[in-house]
Amino acid sequence: MIKDNRNTNRFNISRRHMLAALGGGASMVAMPWIARAADDNIRIGFPTPLTGPFAAEAKDQVKSAELAVKQVNDKGGVNGRKVELLVRDDKLNGGEAATRTLELIEKDKVHAIVGSLSSAVQLAVNEVTRARGVLYVSISQSDTINEVKDFSKYTFHEALNPTMTTAAVARHSFKKGTKVAHLVADYAYGHEMLRGFKRAQAAIGAETVGEIMHPFGAADYSTFMPRLRSMRADILCISNFGRDQANSIKQAVDFGLKQSAKIVVPVLLHNQRLAVTPEVFEGVVGGSNYYWGLEASVLSAKAFNDAFRAANGGAIPTDYGAYGYTGVMSLLQAMQAAGGTDTDKVIAALEALKYDVAKGPQYYRKCDHQSVQSVLVLESKKKADMKGDSDLFSIVANEAPSEQVLRTCAELGFPT
Amino acid sequence: MDTELILMQLFSGVALGAILVITALGLSIIFGMMGVVNFAHGALFMVGAYAGLWVASLTGSFWWGLLVAPIMIGAFGMLIEFVLIRRLYGRSIDDPLLLTFGLSYVLVEGVRIVFGSDGIPFPTPSQLTGVVDLGVGFFPIYRIFVVVLVLAIVVLLWLGLEKTKFGLIVRAGSRDPTMMRVLGVDISKVWLAVFGLGVGLAALGGVLAGPMRSVNPEMGALVLAEAFVVTVIGGLGSLVGAIIAGLLVGVVISMTALFAPEMATIVMFALMAIVLLIRPQGLFGKLA
Repeated sequence: MIKDNRNTNRFNISRRHMLAALGGGASMVAMPWIARAADDNIRIGFPTPLTGPFAAEAKDQVKSAELAVKQVNDKGGVNGRKVELLVRDDKLNGGEAATRTLELIEKDKVHAIVGSLSSAVQLAVNEVTRARGVLYVSISQSDTINEVKDFSKYTFHEALNPTMTTAAVARHSFKKGTKVAHLVADYAYGHEMLRGFKRAQAAIGAETVGEIMHPFGAADYSTFMPRLRSMRADILCISNFGRDQANSIKQAVDFGLKQSAKIVVPVLLHNQRLAVTPEVFEGVVGGSNYYWGLEASVLSAKAFNDAFRAANGGAIPTDYGAYGYTGVMSLLQAMQAAGGTDTDKVIAALEALKYDVAKGPQYYRKCDHQSVQSVLVLESKKKADMKGDSDLFSIVANEAPSEQVLRTCAELGFPT
Repeated sequence: MDTELILMQLFSGVALGAILVITALGLSIIFGMMGVVNFAHGALFMVGAYAGLWVASLTGSFWWGLLVAPIMIGAFGMLIEFVLIRRLYGRSIDDPLLLTFGLSYVLVEGVRIVFGSDGIPFPTPSQLTGVVDLGVGFFPIYRIFVVVLVLAIVVLLWLGLEKTKFGLIVRAGSRDPTMMRVLGVDISKVWLAVFGLGVGLAALGGVLAGPMRSVNPEMGALVLAEAFVVTVIGGLGSLVGAIIAGLLVGVVISMTALFAPEMATIVMFALMAIVLLIRPQGLFGKLA
């Protein structure tokens, strides 16, 4: 897929060069519209980790983003201009992501960047975009990106952030006096989730009985199990992502930990649930930005699911996939409202935008550009309760969008 | 820190070590007997897991998968030796290394095309689910089964290499292949069998790992690194070394997980560095 995109891209550039060469001089003046026709497209760069442990989620991001672009183009584009999505593999590596982003900006002359799927990698992308003054809609969980140190007027955060996610999950799974043991992936995502859970625990009065940091990408968790068991917790809270989630929950269940403690995760991942049997995830509670089952109660979810099914042979959209859709859609709606790609005008349009494209009403908060949106709390179903292969979770709660669950602008360091 | 926890941690380390031993054995045998550094070892481990899953889902039984997949992939390994690696004997050690390195990419991409890049569930066989009380803590029955099976395989391998005529030929062949040819032994057949055996062991490791981890195309990447670390610490080509080093690495990882869990992966590389500094040929290796 990456190669394909590069090829198309190379073709575009060579075509443009060829046009320029052919045109050259006087003829160029005679038919300026040809040169403009190719340049007139709105180009959106989309770096995401197509290879590596988050590949399943990244692939869904691309499918959903492609759907958003297709829908807009089918309706005549943004103010008549076609939209192009330029997908790049960031290999889940900050350096690689920064290089690809820089290429997208310098060589491919993209008008905005949407993408990335790691709290650490998105900060690397953000470094580049804010230095170059290019719009960036981040679609990966992060608290840091909201803070004044990493924020810039070009930075928008469509994904949930750990503060709002953990607040919702904790509210529906912790009680006063609950003993919580934490198993945490030792990198930005895990650290931020842990911080969020502890903040929520302090408000609820739940106690931390121990925390273990595990190396990112570990395949075997057996050596952490004796200590986790010795903590005698009511809740085992596992804050990691991608394949780490499936592997760590599977092994915790193998070691019998689910018999004495409930397993809670910040984000319950659709694709990771599918990577193990229903028995393994049964009863696990976690947050989410999107679950296809929302279609029973939310109109835009039904429309999104139907369009996604039609475009992908009946497949349903997943959590991180939906970010690709909502992120690209919100940007394109703002470009439509701004009447073009002028960065400052699009920023103003994004700040004023109210959108409901897949999961109910959303808007970007003015101070930190965090998307204020609903947070779902899901519970993984028992095999006997599943009505089909994709009937994975029940919706425990659908927390309405609220700035109350976010840190205040003052707390983030913004002048008030 | 109570003794129960430390004992439990030691046991977890030994069990993890057994898994490391099975992944390192095949690599070590192929290098020791043939001088081929098999960079496709991790990919073949992964292919073994998929083959096991495939056979298990066809027959409805994990046990058929466990039995058939290593034989199937072992035979595939012999095909690789016959078609590709055989042509590179007598050349420098880098040539088969580069060939198998490329082969690993082909295998991973091939599996991605056929089975997709998402993880696939590999359920634990129903007879081996649940935990057993060891007195100091609980341990999954399946992992204990893996330890016992690895022990049995190590004993079988040892008997095969030390007590049979074939074992004698293999050992002699690893010392002096030219002399073996002079004595009228068709050494190419021996190497074919050894490569098949090593690959079969990698596949067996993959099938055994399936019920413990999710099965996905990249599952072999870390395994290759682990197998190399164990082989280097034990001494390249030393069977005893691979076994002792596997258990040692398992225990060191486990003890590190108790006191500094975030260091649990990096500690094995640190251990390898220390061994290389003090004893460059590895614990049981012979100096070239």
